Amino acid sequence: MTTLYEPRYDSWDEARGAEIIAEHAGQEGATLVILHALQEAFGYVPEAAIPMVAQALNLSRADVHGVFTFYHDFRHKPAGRHVLKLCRAEACQAAGGDALAARAETKLGVSLGNTTADDRVTLEPIYCLGLCATAPSAMLDGRLIGRLDEKRLDALVAEAQR
Amino acid sequence: MSMRIFVSRDAGAVAVGADEVALALEQAAAKRGIAIEIVRTGSRGMYWLEPLVEVATPQGRIAFGPVTETDVPSLLDALASNTPHLLRLGATDEIPWLKRQTRLTFARCGVIDPRSLDDYRAHGGYKGLERALSLGSEAILAEVTASGLRGRGGAGFPTGIKWKTVAQAKADRKFIVCNADEGDSGTFADRMIMEGDPFLVIEGMTTAGITVGATKGYIYIRSEYPHAVEAMNAAIQAAKRGGYLGDRIGGSTYSFDLEVRVGAGAYVCGEETSLLESLEGRRGIVRAKPPLPAHHGLFGKPTVINNVLSFAAIPFILAEGAKAYADFGMGRSRGTMPIQLAGNIRYGGLFETAFGVTLGELVDDIGGGTFTGRPVRAVQVGGPLGAYFPRALFDTPFDYEAFAARDGLIGHGGIVVFDDSVDMRRQARFAMEFCAVESCGKCTPCRIGSTRGVETIEKIINGERVHENFALVEDLCNTMKFGSLCALGGFTPYPVLSALKHFREDFVPAPTTLQAAE
Repeated sequence: MTTLYEPRYDSWDEARGAEIIAEHAGQEGATLVILHALQEAFGYVPEAAIPMVAQALNLSRADVHGVFTFYHDFRHKPAGRHVLKLCRAEACQAAGGDALAARAETKLGVSLGNTTADDRVTLEPIYCLGLCATAPSAMLDGRLIGRLDEKRLDALVAEAQR
Repeated sequence: MSMRIFVSRDAGAVAVGADEVALALEQAAAKRGIAIEIVRTGSRGMYWLEPLVEVATPQGRIAFGPVTETDVPSLLDALASNTPHLLRLGATDEIPWLKRQTRLTFARCGVIDPRSLDDYRAHGGYKGLERALSLGSEAILAEVTASGLRGRGGAGFPTGIKWKTVAQAKADRKFIVCNADEGDSGTFADRMIMEGDPFLVIEGMTTAGITVGATKGYIYIRSEYPHAVEAMNAAIQAAKRGGYLGDRIGGSTYSFDLEVRVGAGAYVCGEETSLLESLEGRRGIVRAKPPLPAHHGLFGKPTVINNVLSFAAIPFILAEGAKAYADFGMGRSRGTMPIQLAGNIRYGGLFETAFGVTLGELVDDIGGGTFTGRPVRAVQVGGPLGAYFPRALFDTPFDYEAFAARDGLIGHGGIVVFDDSVDMRRQARFAMEFCAVESCGKCTPCRIGSTRGVETIEKIINGERVHENFALVEDLCNTMKFGSLCALGGFTPYPVLSALKHFREDFVPAPTTLQAAE
C-alpha cells in the first residue's frame, strides 16, 4: 500500500511529451487532460511543453499558459522526492490541524508550500481531502492518513525524510 | 463454506488503516487455515468505528470496530470459535446510530461491493432506470418534479424544473454534467457515494440523459479524490460491459455514455459555470448568468448540471415513486438529506435523515458533542461559505428555508464542529483568506474585497481602531454579498458576518470595569 503511490517520474523528453499530447488531443476540451497527463509522466509541466500543447489544440501559448497557472495542482518545477500534504481546511482546523501544521513546518524547517533544501520533502497545504470525520488528515505521496496526531505526524515526517 | 468478511475500501476507512486490516485478515486466516472471502465495500459512514469489520452470519452482518491490525488474530479466533470479542458491536443494522437514519440514497453504501454490477442489481439497482425507460421523458419529469427534489449541491434549485428546461431546449447535442467537485470542508457524501455505490450515480445520470435527450455525460471529480476517480472509472467500464452505458441501454433505443474528468485543485470549479469552463479546458472563470447552463451550458449546448447527490437521489424516486420520497421532509425541503458530521466531533460520519431534524440534535445527540470532550462553541454549516452558528441557534431545523431565515445555509450538508478553544477572529480571517486565494478574479467584490477583508480583520485582531474596522468589515461584506457574480464572493460574508454577530466577544474586547463604572 505504501508502494502504490510511490512517485516515479521520467525526466523531460520532447518526443515522449509529444506522444502524450497527441494521445489526448482528440478529446473535447483536452487542455486539462493533457496537463494532467504531462504532470503524471514528468512530475511537473515543463515550460517547453506549453507551446507544444498550444499547437496541438490550436490555441495560443497565452491560453495554455493561462490554464496552467490558474490551477493549483500544476507544478512548473518538480516537487521534492516526497510530497506531504496537510489538510488545512476548517474541519481539520477544528480538530487541531493548526498546531500540527506548525509542528511539521518546524520539523522540516520549511513553511507550507515549500521544499526542503535537500529536495527531499515538499510540504503543502491541501484544502480538504474529504476525510472530515477522521480529521485532521494528511496525504503522503498519495497515501491517505486520518486521525493525525503528533506521533503519527512525526512518523510521517520521518518517513518523508528517508 | 468460506466466511464472508466485509472491510471498507472507502478513502476515510483506508486513511485509518482499513487496507492493513484487510491484509492482516487474509494473512491470519491463511495461517489458521480458515477459508475467508474479503469483500471490500464502501463505508457505512460511522467513521469513529472505522476500520469496521463485518462478518456475514445467518442472522445478518455482525460488526466489529474500530479494528486495528493487532486486533485481527484475536478477532479471527473469536469468529472461528464463536466466542465473544471486545470489539463486537452486534448486528450492524441494529447499531442505533445507523438504525435511526432514513437511508434512501445511501441504502447500499457500505453494504455492496462497489465494483460489482451484479451486486448492485441484486440490491435493487437499475430498477429506477427500468421504470424510467418504460415511462418516457414527460412522465419522468412529472415524477422528478413531484418528488420535490432540490439541488443537493447547495443552491436547492428544483431538479424537475432544471431537467424540464433542458428537455424543452432544441439543440443538436445536449449534455449531462455531474458536479463532483466536492470542495467544501466538512463534506464527503459525494466521495462516499462515488466510492461506495458508483453505479447509483451512473444510473441517475443515465436517467437524466434519456429524460432530456442527451447522449453524453461528464463527471467532473476533484483531483483530491483519487479513490473516487478510480471507483467511478471502474464502474463506468463495468456498466459498459453490462450494457448499461453505450448504445441501446438495457436493450432500449436510448444511447448514453459517460466520461470522468479530473479537476486540478481550484475550489471555484465547484461553481457550475466555472466547472463548465474547466471541462471545456479553460481557466475556471465564472460565467455571468443568464444564459443559464440549461440553455447554454457545456460547449454552448443545453446542459443538465447537478450535484452527485441530486443524481444519486433519482433512482429511488423512480423506483419507489415520487410520493415515497416526498413523504419525508418538511416545508419545501422534501425527501432526505445526507448530512455530514465533521471536525471536532465524537461520532462523526454520514447521517442521512429527513429534513427537519434540528442542529442541536445533530451535534449533541447524534454527533455526541466534541471528541476533545470540551463544550461545543460553534458549528459551521454548509462549508467554507456557510455561517457559524452558536449554541443559541441549535433549535434551527435542517431545512433550506429555516437556515436562510437565520442568515445561514445548509449548502451541501456539511457540519463542522468546533469546541470552546476556537478563536472566531481567526475563522473569520480564514474565510476571507480562502476567498482571496480561490477567487477566479472575474468580479471585483470577490477578488479585491476578500483581500481587503483579510487586512481589515487583521487590524481588528491587532486591536487597531476595532469599532471602526468592525463596521468596515460589515460594510465590505454587504458589498461582496450583493455585488459578486457567484457564490464564492457572494457567500464568503456568511461565515464572516455570522462570526461577527454571534461571537462578537472575540472581536470587541469587553468594556473594562472602569468604563462600566462610568
